Amino acid sequence: MEVTGQSADSTTTGAAAGSPPAARPVRLGPSPRLALWFLLPALILLGAMVIYPIVYSIFRSLFDTTGTTFVGVDNYVAIFTDSGMLTTIRNNLIWVAVAPALVTVVGLIFAVLTERIRWATAFKLVVFMPMAVSLMASGVIFRFVYEQDPDRGVANAVLTSVRDVFASGGGFPGARPRENERTPVVLSQGAVVTRQPVSPGQTVLLPLVGLRPDALPASAAAKTPGQGTPGIHGTVWLDFTPGGGGAADAVDAGEKGLPGVTVEALRNGTVAATTTTAADGTFSFPGLTGEHVVRLPQDNFAAPFNGLAWLGPALITPAIIGAFIWVWAGFAMVLIAAGLAAIPRDALEAARIDGATEWQVFRRITIPLLSPVLLVVFVTMIINTLKVFDLVFVIAPGSVQPQANVVALEMWRVSFGGAGDHGLGSALAIFLLVLVLPFMILNIRRFRRDQS
Amino acid sequence: MRTYKVLAVATGLTLAATACGGGTQQPPASGGGSASPSAAAKPLTGVKIEVAAKWTGQEADNFQKVLDAFEAKTGAEVTYASTGEDTGAYLGPRIQGGSPPDIAILPQPGLVQQYADQKALKPLSAEVLAQVDQNYTPYWKELGSAGGTPYGVLVKAAHKSLIWYRGAAFEDAGVQPPKTWDELITAAQTIADSGTPPFALCGASGWTLTDLFENIYLSTAGPENYDKLSKHEIPWTDATVTTALEKIAQIAGKKDLMLGGNSGALGTDFPTCVTQVYGQDKAAMVIEADFVAASALEAGAKVGEEAKVFPFPKAGDTDPVILGGDTAVALKDGKGAMALLEFLASKEGGEVWAKLPGYLSPNRNVAATTYPDDLTRQLAQTIISAGEAVRYDMSDLAPSAFGGTEAKGEWKLLQDFLRNPADVKGIQRKLEAEAVKAWK
Repeated sequence: MEVTGQSADSTTTGAAAGSPPAARPVRLGPSPRLALWFLLPALILLGAMVIYPIVYSIFRSLFDTTGTTFVGVDNYVAIFTDSGMLTTIRNNLIWVAVAPALVTVVGLIFAVLTERIRWATAFKLVVFMPMAVSLMASGVIFRFVYEQDPDRGVANAVLTSVRDVFASGGGFPGARPRENERTPVVLSQGAVVTRQPVSPGQTVLLPLVGLRPDALPASAAAKTPGQGTPGIHGTVWLDFTPGGGGAADAVDAGEKGLPGVTVEALRNGTVAATTTTAADGTFSFPGLTGEHVVRLPQDNFAAPFNGLAWLGPALITPAIIGAFIWVWAGFAMVLIAAGLAAIPRDALEAARIDGATEWQVFRRITIPLLSPVLLVVFVTMIINTLKVFDLVFVIAPGSVQPQANVVALEMWRVSFGGAGDHGLGSALAIFLLVLVLPFMILNIRRFRRDQS
Repeated sequence: MRTYKVLAVATGLTLAATACGGGTQQPPASGGGSASPSAAAKPLTGVKIEVAAKWTGQEADNFQKVLDAFEAKTGAEVTYASTGEDTGAYLGPRIQGGSPPDIAILPQPGLVQQYADQKALKPLSAEVLAQVDQNYTPYWKELGSAGGTPYGVLVKAAHKSLIWYRGAAFEDAGVQPPKTWDELITAAQTIADSGTPPFALCGASGWTLTDLFENIYLSTAGPENYDKLSKHEIPWTDATVTTALEKIAQIAGKKDLMLGGNSGALGTDFPTCVTQVYGQDKAAMVIEADFVAASALEAGAKVGEEAKVFPFPKAGDTDPVILGGDTAVALKDGKGAMALLEFLASKEGGEVWAKLPGYLSPNRNVAATTYPDDLTRQLAQTIISAGEAVRYDMSDLAPSAFGGTEAKGEWKLLQDFLRNPADVKGIQRKLEAEAVKAWK
């Protein structure tokens, strides 16, 4: 599209350059008839590949799926009434609001930081590299980067390893009481508590399930708590006999105790005593008298931090924008670096001699002098963002495609993705064109002003 | 942009085909006195045929071997192009542009009708019809016809009423393959108690959810209602649909029963879910069709040993048997295209394919002994002997805007249901609204 704009632009300036000689009585340049011949290839190409498709799309967008029934603006009404389409438009707004600004800022930072380092060219080459990869391939790469499983997705691998440095997971995530009416323990606000208060001398059984036996140490054969001594005694164990067949809520041979579990004894809702289980899962509160509720607090069962659901409905758009920045930051950097090299040094020197700090020089001199370049990058990115398709198509899994959808993808999907509704697809194409057009005009006008 | 993907896929395939062309290639089966591979017996030398189908990976490699056998027999040059998941999206522009592939293998019978309406299909030649009449029951011929004219040959059938499980996980939990839906739920709970998430659902691939729904629906509502719902003669707000969705919610409503809970299930596509059961040993069961075998083998599980299977349990009065299948159609004239269709419809072509894993032939003359393992032999027998008592995959009979488009219609709404299984009525209303739009 940019190419089109430029060529249209050069065509008009070419025509303008040709007209003054034509006004003179003696013509020095070629005849208008000849000029037409020179223009013809461009006109044919533009007509066949730009003008005709646009006009036909407008025409087609006024018809229904089959292309035979005139429906007026119904397709356009559908765009703004369907809830899925509204999500799509909302996503495009998020993209336009966030992505171009971020790409420009990141490009600016890279350009400024690498301006005077020794290996600048090598560094720039590396940052520019993603541009050499097709967007489809970038999408595939980031599909893996954002994988939920930290063993496969590098994003979550980084997050979990950073997190593990500060808080190491422990305990028995996934362990829970069996789901039936007879079991003596129940889940209450994430903690496991006994259904009834227990009194000293009573055997407290805390059977849990939902863990694989091989996740426990081999030595941890569960034992029924000892009797005879005063106080509260009990066992926390994995109440599942491998291979099935064990009795529920009873310590069977082959079942394993849970070692190192924190156990609390509660009296009237406050913690009266705390202990941890031994290797065989037994625990005891020797000094307690009276009725207590025994509780295994929630942090025994805290699920390990498994990273973020990058590809889930909530984070999918930010995640894809991240991939977009990875692709385009190099392009922005190269353009901005070129602009940076063209800034007159004496302006910067003068400011420094006048006592400006580096930040002031950057903020008050560099940025204003760079603004034309920054604007070009920014507007180009807005156009790219509005047209984004490949990254969304590849990165978002099928189940979150509706939440990640953008106008260009929706256009393709309704036209060719099974439904074959070319009417609605054309309407979306025209809608997209209307969105892009102001920025195209802005860019073309800038080019023209730069040339004059 | 689309071109990039197709190109990339095509390149990948060429590489894969080249890579496996050497050692693993089996000599083409010579079915009943077929021509010896001498130059004189190759009537199609120099003829180029392009075939487009959705298969990738192992399935594409296997199909390539069938094409190799055809090339060796006839001397024709066959190129394979992958259409990706959206066959319609790939073929539509090529048909409109006037340069379709010679043969396309359509994943849905609805597409046969659709393309026949567009006059994009070539009717089967007499030779192909002779093969079809000889090798197929009338039911399959009907599926490939539009307006009474036969256009398609069903070349590959899929048995969609299966649940695959990992034997070790069942042994650890001490459960047996269930016969009824209630037994299945009880067994799943026991497996969850044993510390293994029972189901690896492939929620990111919407079609796996429609398969699950259809099995339950056929079983609970019966074949008559199934036919009616397939044609949208009863609304999706019907009580029979409520019953089926509530059965799904028995699994989807309990995050302990799914690997990774609801969000994990929605983030997993097919065949990743198969890998979770067999390669990674993370879950116990995956609910999908016979073609799981190919992915299970790839994950290192031997079918019949680690990878076992039981029929989809009865959730109501009917034992569900649902089939999918791929129909080959000709989009261009030429003897090459018809010769390849004839080969695919023949006993000879079917038996080349049947030797490879993950393939079931609807061809009744393909000997059951041809299949590589007991399981496939048994499945082939059920399809052929069930005849017209089976039902075809409902979502594939629906307009593809409703039953066959990623992120739209039934696929999207069943994914929404998996995300929030409490809202049965709301999903039914949305399904009905989408169905009304698609069937108008």
